[in-house]
Amino acid sequence: MTQVVEAPTERREPSFDEDVVDDRPWVVIVWNDPINLMSYVTLVLQRLFGYPKATATRLMLQVHNEGKAVVSSGTREKAELDVSRLHAHGLWATMQQD
Amino acid sequence: MRRGIERRPDGRFRVHLPVEEREVLAALPAQLRAALDDGEPSLYRLFPPAHADDPEANAEYAELVGQGLLEGKLRALAELERTASAETLVEDELGAWLSALESLRLALGTQLDVTEETYAAFDPSNPEAPRIALYHWLSWLQEEVIQALGY
Repeated sequence: MTQVVEAPTERREPSFDEDVVDDRPWVVIVWNDPINLMSYVTLVLQRLFGYPKATATRLMLQVHNEGKAVVSSGTREKAELDVSRLHAHGLWATMQQD
Repeated sequence: MRRGIERRPDGRFRVHLPVEEREVLAALPAQLRAALDDGEPSLYRLFPPAHADDPEANAEYAELVGQGLLEGKLRALAELERTASAETLVEDELGAWLSALESLRLALGTQLDVTEETYAAFDPSNPEAPRIALYHWLSWLQEEVIQALGY
C-alpha cells in the first residue's frame, strides 16, 4: 500500500423520487493509502470478513494496484458496520450505493 | 539474539526487544493520547469519513461510531503501555500491540506525509530523519507482530 491516490470524488446520483425506497445494495470500498502495510491489509480482511488468505491477498493486491477494491456489500446497516470495523483497524474505507 | 516477536509452542508470544526500544514503546502511547486530547488535525487519518461525498451522512456516522472508535484505539494504546516491558504476551495482548502500532504509524505517517518514496530510500540528512527512522522501526515491529500472529 505504498501508492498515493486522490481522495475519492465519486458522486451518488440523485434518486428519481425521494419517496421511493432505494434498495440498491451498498458496497464497502477499501482505498489504497501509503501507510498501511500490505501484510496488514491482508490480515485485516481475513480477520474481519473471514476471507481465506488467497481471497484477502487478491483484494489487497487490487487495492494496491488499482487504488481501491470492493470488500463487502449488503444493506446500509451492514455496510456501515463493516466500514466502522475497517476504521477501527485503521483502513481507509468508504461505503456507497452500487 | 534475534530481535522481534516469536510464537512459542504454548501459544504465548516471546518479545525480543532491547530495553531502550521498550522504553520508546512505553512512551509513545502518552504522546498520541495528548495529541488526541488536543484534537490535532493530523489525526484525521485515524477517523476517516464513511461516505466519500456526503457531509450529512458523515456527521451522522461520526456521531454514531466516533466515540467507540476513539475508545477502542485508547484501550489498545493503554494495553501497549502496560505491557511494553513484558517478556511474553498472550494473543489478546499482542492484538492490542498490533492495533496500537497501527494508530501510531497512521499518526506519525500522516504527520511525516509518508509516500512510496519514504520506503525506497532513507536520507540521514533530512531534518525529519529521526522521526522517519522511528516510523520505519514501528513498521518493522508491526510486521513482526503480523508474522507472529501467523496470518
